[in-house]
Amino acid sequence: MAYEVNGKAVTADEEGYIVNLADWSEPLAEIIAKSESLDLTENHWEVIRFLREYYNEFQIAPAVRVLTKAIGKKLGADKGNNKYLYDLFPYGPAKQACKIAGLPKPTGCI
Amino acid sequence: MSDIVAPPLSDYVPTPNLKPDAMKAVRPFKASPEHQAALGFPGTLVEDWQKVAIKRLGELVEGSRALRVFLDSCVKCGACTDKCHYFLGTADPRNMPVARQDLVRKVYRRYFTWAGRWFPWLVGAQDLTPDVLESWYTYYHQCSQCRRCSVFCPFGIDTAEISMAAREILDSVGVGQKYCNEILGKVHKIGNNLGLPEPALRNTLEGLEEDVKDQCGADVRFPVDVVGAEVLLITPSADFFAEPHIDGLIGYAKVFHQAGISWTVSSEASEAANFAMFIGSHEQMRKVAQRIREAAIALKVKRIVVGECGHAWRVAYSFWSTLIGPLDFLDPRYPQPQHICEVTKGLIARGALKLDPSANDDKVVTFHDSCNVARATRMGDRPGGQFTVPRSVIRSVCAHFVDMDPNTIGDKTFCCGGGGGLLTDDLMELRVKGALPRLSALNTVVQEHKVTHMAAICAICKTQFSKVLPYYGLPREMVISVHQLVGDAIVLGAKD
Repeated sequence: MAYEVNGKAVTADEEGYIVNLADWSEPLAEIIAKSESLDLTENHWEVIRFLREYYNEFQIAPAVRVLTKAIGKKLGADKGNNKYLYDLFPYGPAKQACKIAGLPKPTGCI
Repeated sequence: MSDIVAPPLSDYVPTPNLKPDAMKAVRPFKASPEHQAALGFPGTLVEDWQKVAIKRLGELVEGSRALRVFLDSCVKCGACTDKCHYFLGTADPRNMPVARQDLVRKVYRRYFTWAGRWFPWLVGAQDLTPDVLESWYTYYHQCSQCRRCSVFCPFGIDTAEISMAAREILDSVGVGQKYCNEILGKVHKIGNNLGLPEPALRNTLEGLEEDVKDQCGADVRFPVDVVGAEVLLITPSADFFAEPHIDGLIGYAKVFHQAGISWTVSSEASEAANFAMFIGSHEQMRKVAQRIREAAIALKVKRIVVGECGHAWRVAYSFWSTLIGPLDFLDPRYPQPQHICEVTKGLIARGALKLDPSANDDKVVTFHDSCNVARATRMGDRPGGQFTVPRSVIRSVCAHFVDMDPNTIGDKTFCCGGGGGLLTDDLMELRVKGALPRLSALNTVVQEHKVTHMAAICAICKTQFSKVLPYYGLPREMVISVHQLVGDAIVLGAKD
């Protein structure tokens, strides 16, 4: 499959994860989110930006615990939990947020 | 959540009215040529696939007397039909174990039995056509290799062996499943199913050390690659990454810490899972297991302990000695390998852990027996230890424990619905429907005994339940690790 951003096609795999990570852009994230029936708010963007920073350093998305801790530190303890992340990304913070952030899908027993 | 509708829960899961072809269109994504190549399989369907597939089937029945007996001996008595969670949840008659097996059996008859060669129409033998090959791909990816049907088969026919053989044949002609084969590639390249590189592993574990310190003030370590540690812990990489798994990992660390056992994980073998079993590839299974032997030797450990992973315990307990044995370089005074539940139970029995079960007083707990642990392994030194050891651990750390319907636990346990290499988003409909029998039994104890949590000792089960529970109106947080209960009950500082 492919997404269309400003008239340009961005290739994605059968599950909607983009193939070339360099193709990612903020407008693309909005488009991927829309295909997941999500409207991105500043709260979503906080998560997306953290995922991308972590990925740049470690070449993998952070463990959910690492993510909740980082969000808790940044936005307050009431937001540093799984429920907050599931409210933002109902299909699960690991997979759905990675897809929108343009990162590869985490695989395995997760 | 998508628009998949879960069947209704009831105290008794009825045998459904048949819906032929109900699940014909539900199939996982196929592996890309790159995923296939990494495992030495052809990238796409080979030209002479029919010849190759029949030859491979012949090699498999030559090499495994068990497989030949399983293919020869079915008398279609029907005892297995209503024992499969996928049949009960989907009503597709091809998900009756006997019918699913027959997709391979009729081809075996056609090419490898006298009657099938000469009178195929009399004995239900069939040519291997493109349609048959497609039906293998679809329906052998609707079997979680849980082996519940085998418990009820009067001949003991093991459906999982047939399903593994079918997937092996499919791989050999170039038709692999993306989920399993991509993951196996990551194990070879990076060391674990997740693709978690060493720096990320270290970063995650350091974070856990801080968390535990903040919570209870103790300096519990999560060591990586420590040469000379007593124990090498082999655990699913989901324990480093996912919820609720990670609280189980914290539990293991607290147990080792309080018992004064030095331990380490290995960055080279940071994965217990061995998905090669799911795809029926003996060669891959050996290769994946070999990493663990090498890591144990390099780190000069005395013991190997396996964390909460169902099929990994099967591979370790039942296959390691032939795959990577003998493990005679390890300390013979301990069972090798040993399950983390055995370790914890032994420590509790000799008073080495200071426990406060009231930490779990807010919970009423039940236990889900994972299929590979229940039907393919043992724990402790008595028959049935794989059932009693984890329950004994739970009872030691939790005052309120209730078992589910006896027909759904022990060796009759129902699969979570995501085992055997099917824990992938593209099979969500199958996973939701296949969870029906387990979640019906769970719902009954929720209603009757106010059960709040279901503990498990398998990463697949934990992920599957956290995904599918909401479809049935049950909270995802219900599923927890056995060692989360243990970790929460350990009083640190008291016996440090």
